[in-house]
Amino acid sequence: MSAEVKRPIESALNVFAYRLVEKEEFFTRGHRACQGCAAALGLRHIFKAVDKDTIVINATGCMEIVSSPYPFTSWALPWLHVAFENAAAVASGVEAAVKALQRKGRLDPSKKIKVIALGGDGGTADIGLQALSGALIRRHNFTYICYDNEAYMNTGVQGSSATPLGASTTTTPAGKVSFGQGYWKKNLAEIAVAHKADYVATACPSYPLDLIRKVKRATEIEGPAYIHMFAVCPTGWGTDPAYSVRLGRLAAETGVFPLYEVDHGKYRLSLDLPQGLRPVTDYLKGQRRFRHLPQEVIDEFQEMVTREYERLKKMERLTQEL
Amino acid sequence: MAKRVGMEVSIAIAEAARQANVDVVSAYPITPQTHIVEHLASLVADGELDAEYITVESEHTAMSACVGAAAAGARVFTSTSSQGLALMHEILYLAPSLRTPVVMALANRALSGPISIWNDHSDVMGQRDTGWISIFANNGQEAYDLTLMAFKIGEHPDVLLPVMVNFDGFILTHVIEPLYMFEDEELEGYLPPFEYKYKLDTDNPMTLGPVGLPDVYTEAKKQQDVAIRNSRKVIDEVLKEFGENFGRKYNPIEHYKSDDADIILLTQGSVTEAAEVAVDALREQGKKVGIVELRLWRPFPFQDLIDALVNAKCVVVLDRCISFGGQAGPVLSEVRSALYHEPKRPMVVGCVAGLGGRDISLENYIEMFEIGENFLKTGKEPEIVKIVGLRE
Repeated sequence: MSAEVKRPIESALNVFAYRLVEKEEFFTRGHRACQGCAAALGLRHIFKAVDKDTIVINATGCMEIVSSPYPFTSWALPWLHVAFENAAAVASGVEAAVKALQRKGRLDPSKKIKVIALGGDGGTADIGLQALSGALIRRHNFTYICYDNEAYMNTGVQGSSATPLGASTTTTPAGKVSFGQGYWKKNLAEIAVAHKADYVATACPSYPLDLIRKVKRATEIEGPAYIHMFAVCPTGWGTDPAYSVRLGRLAAETGVFPLYEVDHGKYRLSLDLPQGLRPVTDYLKGQRRFRHLPQEVIDEFQEMVTREYERLKKMERLTQEL
Repeated sequence: MAKRVGMEVSIAIAEAARQANVDVVSAYPITPQTHIVEHLASLVADGELDAEYITVESEHTAMSACVGAAAAGARVFTSTSSQGLALMHEILYLAPSLRTPVVMALANRALSGPISIWNDHSDVMGQRDTGWISIFANNGQEAYDLTLMAFKIGEHPDVLLPVMVNFDGFILTHVIEPLYMFEDEELEGYLPPFEYKYKLDTDNPMTLGPVGLPDVYTEAKKQQDVAIRNSRKVIDEVLKEFGENFGRKYNPIEHYKSDDADIILLTQGSVTEAAEVAVDALREQGKKVGIVELRLWRPFPFQDLIDALVNAKCVVVLDRCISFGGQAGPVLSEVRSALYHEPKRPMVVGCVAGLGGRDISLENYIEMFEIGENFLKTGKEPEIVKIVGLRE
C-alpha cells in the first residue's frame, strides 16, 4: 500500500469515543429494531453528522418499519416514507422543490437543506436501482445511503442481489444440491461511481467516526453522493447480537467489505491495514448463513475478496493525481 | 381580456400549468401526452416558467417525485397517458393518502395489449379507486380551464388531494382549437402560491407516511374517504366561482336536451359533443333523446346523476373501456348501482365503443339510441358486452 496516502482510520482512532460525537440525537430511542441491529446503530451515527436542516426520505424496509409505527416516531427531523423502490425518486422531488422554493423566496435561501434518502439493499440494489440511477445521473443535490444487511430482512431474510456468495437465505437456501446464494453481490458503490456521483463511500457503523466523517463530506458537497453502509444483521445472519460491532470490523479487516471513498473520482482506502487482509474465514465463521460452505466456495470467496481489494489499491494509486 | 386564439390543446394545457406558476414539473414522455411536457420543458428552458423540470427515468419516478415535491410544499404538475399511468399505479395511491395535491393532465389512451397509442378510457378506469379527484373535459377549452381549476381544488386546505384532468388523447391533445386563453394579468390572485400546512419543514419536523398498524389503518382510510367526499363542496365552489368570474360555467353533470328525453345517452369526454349531432338528427325525427355527461368521475356525483336520469325511461351508458368478464364497462356498473335505490328509475343498458382509437360514427351514436329503444321495448339486453362499431 502506498505510504503517502493518509488513512482516515488509523489504529489510534480505531475506537468509538463518546465525547467526540455530537450529543444531539435526530434518530432517537424507542425504535423497534432487533437487538444488535447495526443498521439502527448506523442511523444514529449518520444523523450526528448533520444539523436540523435535514430532510429524510426513507424507503420501505426495516428502518422505516421500526422507526415509524404510528403514533410513535424516532425521527426528530422532517421524514417522509412513500414506498419501497422510490426513495431516490421522492428525494429528487423534495430536492427540486427545495431548490425552486428557495429560488422563489418561499423558503429561506440561506438555509443549507440537506436531503438524505435511506434504503436497504433490496430497496437499492434491486427494486430501487432504476430510481437511484435516475437521481444520481440528474445530479440532484442529495445523499443516498444504503444500509446493506445483505438480504430482505424486513420480510424474513430473502436473498437480494446484495446477498453475498454462499449465504443461505430463505430464498437462496443451502440444500443438498445448493450452497446458497450462487453469485457475487452487486457492487453498488461502483455503480454510483459509474454515474459520476461527486462523492461515493463505503462505511460501517463499527467505525463510527469514519461513518460520521463520510456523511459530513457527502452532505456538504453540492451534488449527488452515495454511501453504502454495511449493516450486520444478527436476526438474518444468525450471529450473536453482542458481536455486531466486532463482525463489522472483521468484514472490513478481511476485505469482505472494504472501506473506501471516491471523492470526485479519487479513490482512497479508509482503513490502515499494515498487516494486510485477514483471511475471510475469520469473518465467515460464527455466522449461521455461512456455516454450510464447502471449502471450494470459501476459496472462491477468498479469491474474489482479494482480487477486489487489489483492484481498489490499484484504483487508489491510479487516481491519486486527480 | 382573454384572447381567442387557435392553439393546439396540448400547448394550452401546458400554458395553464405555466399560468398556475407551478414550482416543479416531473414527467416522462409518452404518446399522446408528449406535446404538453415538451412545451413545459421549453417554457422552463426559455425562462418563461420559473420551475424545476425533472426529466425522470419513468412514470413511477415521475409520480414519486411529484409526491416528494408536493410534500416539500411545491406546486407540482405532471402529465401522462396509458401505460405511463399504469406504471404510476402504486404511487397514485400514495398521493391522496399523504394528502399531496398533485395535478395531473391525463391524455386518455388505450392500454396494451395489443399496444395502441390511440384514445379510449381504459387508463383512467383502471385507476378509479386510487383516491384521486377525477374530472373529464370534452374539448380543449375545458381541458385548459379545468387544469387551472384543478390546482384551486386540490390545494384547497379543506381538500388537499390530487386531481387528474382527463381529456381524450389525439382527439383533443393534437387538435388545434379556437380557445379563450387568459392574459396572465387576468389570473392574478386566482392561484396564490401554494402554502402547505403539513410540509416537510425543518423548523417543524413531522413524520409523514408512517406505518399504519391494524389499530389505525381503517381510521386512516375512513378519513381519506371522508376527505374526497367532502371535496365536493370545494369543487362546486370552484366551478361556480370560475363561471361567475370568467363566464364559462361547468357542472359535475352536464346535460344536452335531456330534460324531457325518454332515452338518454350517458357519456364522458369528447364523445359528448360528437353525440350531440346524433341527438339533433334524432330530435328532428321527433325522437325524445338527450345526453347526460358524467364530467366529475370522482367523487362520484350521486345525487346530481340521479336527478338528471330519473325522469328518463332508459339510459344507455357508453363505456370507452371493457370490464373483462364483468358488466360491460365500469361506468355502466357505477350508473346502474347509483340508481338502484331509486323508487322510480330508468332502465339502464350499456354499450362499449371507441376502443383504441376506433372512431364512433354518427350511425354508431344513432345505433346506441336504438339499443335503448329496443331495450325499452323488449327489456332484454342485446348482449352482455355490446360493442358498437365492432367489425363482424
